[in-house]
Amino acid sequence: MVPLSYYLALSGILFACGVTGFLIKRNIITIFMSIELMLNGVNLSFVAFAAHWHTLAGQVFVFFVMVVAAAEAAVGLAIIIAVYRTRETLNVDQVNLLKL
Amino acid sequence: MISVHLILFLMFGAIAVAGAVNLLVQRHPINSALSLIAVMAALAGEYLLLGAEFVAAVQVIVYAGAIMVLFVFTIMLLNAGEEERTKGSRVAFLVGIPGMLLGSLLVAWVVLRHSGTEAVAAGGWTESLANVPARAVPGSPETIGPLLFHEFLLPFEITSILILIAIMGAVVLASKPPSSPPLGPGQGVKN
Repeated sequence: MVPLSYYLALSGILFACGVTGFLIKRNIITIFMSIELMLNGVNLSFVAFAAHWHTLAGQVFVFFVMVVAAAEAAVGLAIIIAVYRTRETLNVDQVNLLKL
Repeated sequence: MISVHLILFLMFGAIAVAGAVNLLVQRHPINSALSLIAVMAALAGEYLLLGAEFVAAVQVIVYAGAIMVLFVFTIMLLNAGEEERTKGSRVAFLVGIPGMLLGSLLVAWVVLRHSGTEAVAAGGWTESLANVPARAVPGSPETIGPLLFHEFLLPFEITSILILIAIMGAVVLASKPPSSPPLGPGQGVKN
């Protein structure tokens, strides 16, 4: 049997990769994919804790996270399409209207 | 002793971490999207190891299927090319990276504090996290369905409203802006 801490370590590594991608990536679609990676890392810890504490509530929460991720992907990609239509770029450095 | 579970965990974990690192290294968004699909498939394997069969199936269908198809479709629709490397924002490097290190240190401290052998107590959250093996619980639709539709009925209904709002928002945002009837040559204002 695999200890719980191994799953938590893997979840943390995936979350850290997501945060790093969010910070260093310049393409708005790749930044969005990094957010999905972070959500996946959190889902893994939800399922690991559910297995550890012998409760199914953690698995039900994973469904809610997936629903929120699906809604977020739909709206976010629509926003990306709208941004591309007005700015004609996917580089976040050039989307700077709100910058001081 | 090395069990089959541990070997499978390490295999799927290696695939997931390699995919996540590849997502960071690749410069073309379509390569990043494909490596993210690999991460999600590997995570579905991890869910199977934890006994969450239904979650694994939904992970493949919803995440690797629906959401990533949406991503790939957007990449192709916008004809996204390779990203150009820039220095990035200063705020991200000054605040983001120290903040990330601080957060991961905090999480590691909490996990390690609970993993000591001397902290073993009877049950509850004070029980040692590292030494209790993660045992599989039945995660079939038969057991999840009643929980989802009885105990979590209100959140379930609220998520349906959320999905409805998201659909309407996506349609409104991505649809073409209402354009006036096409003007003849020379009449349009170019901006």
